[in-house]
Amino acid sequence: MIRAEQIFKSFGDQKVLKGIDFTFEASKTNLIIGKSGAGKTVLLKILVGLLDPTKGSVWYDDKNLVTLTKKELLELRMQVGMLFQGNALFDSLSVEENIRFPMDMFTRKTLQEKRKQVDYCLERVNMEGINSKYPSEISGGMQKRVGIARAIVLNPKYLFADEPNSGLDPKTAITIDALLSEITDEQKITTIINTHDMNSVMEIGENICLLHEGRLAWQGNKDEVLENTNEILENFIFASPFLQKLKTRALANPDNSVKGYNAI
Amino acid sequence: MYYKETIRQMYDIGVGSLMIIFVVNIFIGAVTAVQFIYQLQGTMIPRYYIGYIVRDMAIIELAVTFTSIILAGKVGSNIASEIGGMRQKEHIDAMEIMGVNTSSYLVLPKLIAALIVIPILVSVAAIVSISGGYFATVAEGSFSNEEFIKGIRSFFNKQNVVMMYVKSFVFAYILSSIACYQGYFVKGGSIELGQASTRAVVYGIIVILIADYIIAVLLTG
Repeated sequence: MIRAEQIFKSFGDQKVLKGIDFTFEASKTNLIIGKSGAGKTVLLKILVGLLDPTKGSVWYDDKNLVTLTKKELLELRMQVGMLFQGNALFDSLSVEENIRFPMDMFTRKTLQEKRKQVDYCLERVNMEGINSKYPSEISGGMQKRVGIARAIVLNPKYLFADEPNSGLDPKTAITIDALLSEITDEQKITTIINTHDMNSVMEIGENICLLHEGRLAWQGNKDEVLENTNEILENFIFASPFLQKLKTRALANPDNSVKGYNAI
Repeated sequence: MYYKETIRQMYDIGVGSLMIIFVVNIFIGAVTAVQFIYQLQGTMIPRYYIGYIVRDMAIIELAVTFTSIILAGKVGSNIASEIGGMRQKEHIDAMEIMGVNTSSYLVLPKLIAALIVIPILVSVAAIVSISGGYFATVAEGSFSNEEFIKGIRSFFNKQNVVMMYVKSFVFAYILSSIACYQGYFVKGGSIELGQASTRAVVYGIIVILIADYIIAVLLTG
């Protein structure tokens, strides 16, 4: 479990986060959603320790990230995996070397053991046989999968993903969502995904935190999304004219028979 | 991992810079010889002094300073761009999340590689520069081989070689650390990366020249 407690963050005069309180539940797919500029990435970076909050604390179970010593932070980091928006794969390393990198840095495993683990991770993300390829030789979707493989190579307890679907076609995006959700279930990881993709919200959102102008605007799960009366969430979900049209038609049909809206 | 990275950096800085170091220094030596022949015409100074002047100019100042300035441009901008690019592509953040001490992992191999390779490059530069003087005088026909060699072997002072190596170590540290700093703390996009790369070169050259003066004053005083 990860708990954000009264998180404030300012950059100069600009107040980005204004007192976020939220609990990201263990072994669940937690989503941080909101419009661009709502403070999602800043919150994610604070949760993972890349940014210090101006005020507030981040609790990993019983450890406060903000007050950890360097040694304690390093121990915690060994339990964290992260998938970056731009994948952050090292261009000069092959796929295998990229995935092996955390093991090379922190484990004393033999090369054979490391390769076995790399193969397992690649198999898990359905990317077998691309060990020797370089990031520039594979597609964006494949890079995402390799990024996931690298994030899970040390069997983390916490997995973070920053906009995992950005730049991907809808079908690939759904596959990546499903993969993250499956890995979360299988390995009992606490997963936190930062997204503004509505498909992700409706498919894998087990615990959702909606940010609006630096504040927590709504919290719930995917089943509660459509039943809510929160105006900010409503505006966020039905932002596209297409969905607005579907909603209007659905409301005009009390028996909820509008095809498509029910599917949502 | 640190070892591999250091070897890669040594190769990049060393082998990658050999050609330009060679070309620049052969001409520096040649021009030094030609200019001094011209300057000393009609004086009572013996002709073989040209070899001595070329040797000491190369060892004390020209080979080490020119080489370091060239490397501040070539290697400095390369290091700043490489680290800055990694910052922008979130590679550094990714390493931080993994628990890697990024300042150590990214900076240390470059620093060590520069401290090992640049003095070697400076040694090569000095030899090439003296050879340039030789080709411009002996091979061209205006000097005899014996005259030039006699000059090179005259008034040799080991302290000058020590000074060359002191300078090369100090300059190597300056150019690599400034470049690493500029790259590591880059913020913004490609324009800022370009500016950081330019700053790495400009600051590197200025600090090298200041250090050159200070070392000269300290070691010759």
